[in-house]
Amino acid sequence: MTSGTPSSGDVVIEVTDLMIRYGDIVAVDTASFVAHAGEVTVLLGPNGAGKTSLVEHLEGYRPASGGQARVLGLDPVRDHGTLVQRVGIMLQDGGIQPAIRPQEVLRQYAGFFPNPLDVDDLLGGLGLAHCATTTVRRLSGGERQRLSLALALIGRPEVLLLDEPTAGVDLEGREQVRSTLESLRCDGVGVLLTTHDLDEAERVADRVVVIDRGRIAAEGSLAEITSHSDNSLQFRCHGSLDVTALAAALGAVVRASGQHSYTIDAPADPDRIARLTSWLAEEGLTATEIRASGTRLEDVYRTLIVTHDHDGTDRSTGGAS
Amino acid sequence: MSPYASQVRTELALATRQSEQLLVSLGIPLLVLVFFSLVDVVPVPTADAVDYVAPATLALAVMSTAMVSLGIGTGFERQYGVLKRLGASPLGTTRWVAAKTTLVVLTEVVQVAVLVAVAFGLGWRPPVTGWPEAIGGLALGTLAFAGLGLLLAGTLPGLATLAITNGLYLVLLLTGGMIVPIDDLPSWLANIARLLPAAALVEVTTGSLVAGGEVGGWAWITLAVWATAGPLAAARWFRWS
Repeated sequence: MTSGTPSSGDVVIEVTDLMIRYGDIVAVDTASFVAHAGEVTVLLGPNGAGKTSLVEHLEGYRPASGGQARVLGLDPVRDHGTLVQRVGIMLQDGGIQPAIRPQEVLRQYAGFFPNPLDVDDLLGGLGLAHCATTTVRRLSGGERQRLSLALALIGRPEVLLLDEPTAGVDLEGREQVRSTLESLRCDGVGVLLTTHDLDEAERVADRVVVIDRGRIAAEGSLAEITSHSDNSLQFRCHGSLDVTALAAALGAVVRASGQHSYTIDAPADPDRIARLTSWLAEEGLTATEIRASGTRLEDVYRTLIVTHDHDGTDRSTGGAS
Repeated sequence: MSPYASQVRTELALATRQSEQLLVSLGIPLLVLVFFSLVDVVPVPTADAVDYVAPATLALAVMSTAMVSLGIGTGFERQYGVLKRLGASPLGTTRWVAAKTTLVVLTEVVQVAVLVAVAFGLGWRPPVTGWPEAIGGLALGTLAFAGLGLLLAGTLPGLATLAITNGLYLVLLLTGGMIVPIDDLPSWLANIARLLPAAALVEVTTGSLVAGGEVGGWAWITLAVWATAGPLAAARWFRWS
């Protein structure tokens, strides 16, 4: 990783054993991952997982308590003055005066960069031309988010750090954000965006980094992350379950994949599901949530978060599905 | 356009649009000047009320702009995350401070021009020799009040900044000799007031711009201490988000 202009595929963000603490609270715990130029990397995790803390370190707002991060080869805090020329950011909320107009604030930020994008082109491209001279306080949530994205783009950044860019954005706005991300990807910009929205992650991500309680639970391309969950059947069951006996009954490998949760490494065909439930019934056990893992990121995501739950607190799913 | 010029242009556009800011920076000082020059209700030490009220109003104008407008404006910018967002742009702290300073000084120049013109219309004829001292005092006062305003803006939530700054404005307006000379206050209150920047600045402007007047040495000391301590405290405790 160099501090020169990156080309597609170059590592633009490298996080190594990063720790961020607030007093006794560990917000980010030995996190490591990379993001590349010309790719959209999605930092996916539930609320409170440490996404914003991590991104705010990359933006130079928060010091690291341990480990390190490099953006374009530079230290985000120490080299903040250099990075602000090359990195575009979008805060999770706010950052814009309610009394200002989109055109004004874009012209203001355009004045901060040597070679900014054209303000009117940007407004048009993000579907904001109709409200260019409306004060921000009168904009919808989605319009504000897109304005915030426009501010991140105005200086032709090499890296974009977007914290929940589609939160509160309507469907049409999401399409606009997605097509903007697509053209940035083609231009070789490295994008790191955070979301708790699986659907969004699945649609835009080249690479997914799953974070839970400050720890990276999985990292890889969408294909890599979803591949190792192919052909497996998962269920939760309270009570003592004899894994070996069940494995014998089903003729497949059965693993405990977390407290009260188990994975059967075999295709989830109807026959196997039937045999599982009848075996459980014979043992006087009840399964909660029997799920066949497909290639949906949602399943992987849930599994990862459940597997991560070593202290047994159940917050893995929103009820049986 | 340079980052600094871009920031100044934006701040100017916003400032002229917010009428409540104009009210505080121009409306109230003008009202005080005209009303208390024409209506003889306060015991001023000069024969013509305007001779005392006009220089006192210049001090009030500086307090309005440097403490109230700057403080409240910055407090809300901080609350809205505007300062945080600017922190991730190439503008930088130095240019941000320079742009704010430019705006405060520009506003003060307009205020002084308008107030002096109106005061002249009301018959004010200050000694020309007093101006250098008065302008020096207004500059120190600007530093002192800006320091106070930014200290509040950088440490409190936006609404608390609004409330406390306005409260402080009223207290300093009443105890600072801006309407009622501090010699007419109870002596214990006058003694406290002499330690505060408002009374010190009024002492400098009235002492230098009233014919035959002189500035008490205490006023320069008080003002210099506030002009140093205020900005230092603001720089030390100001939080951007």
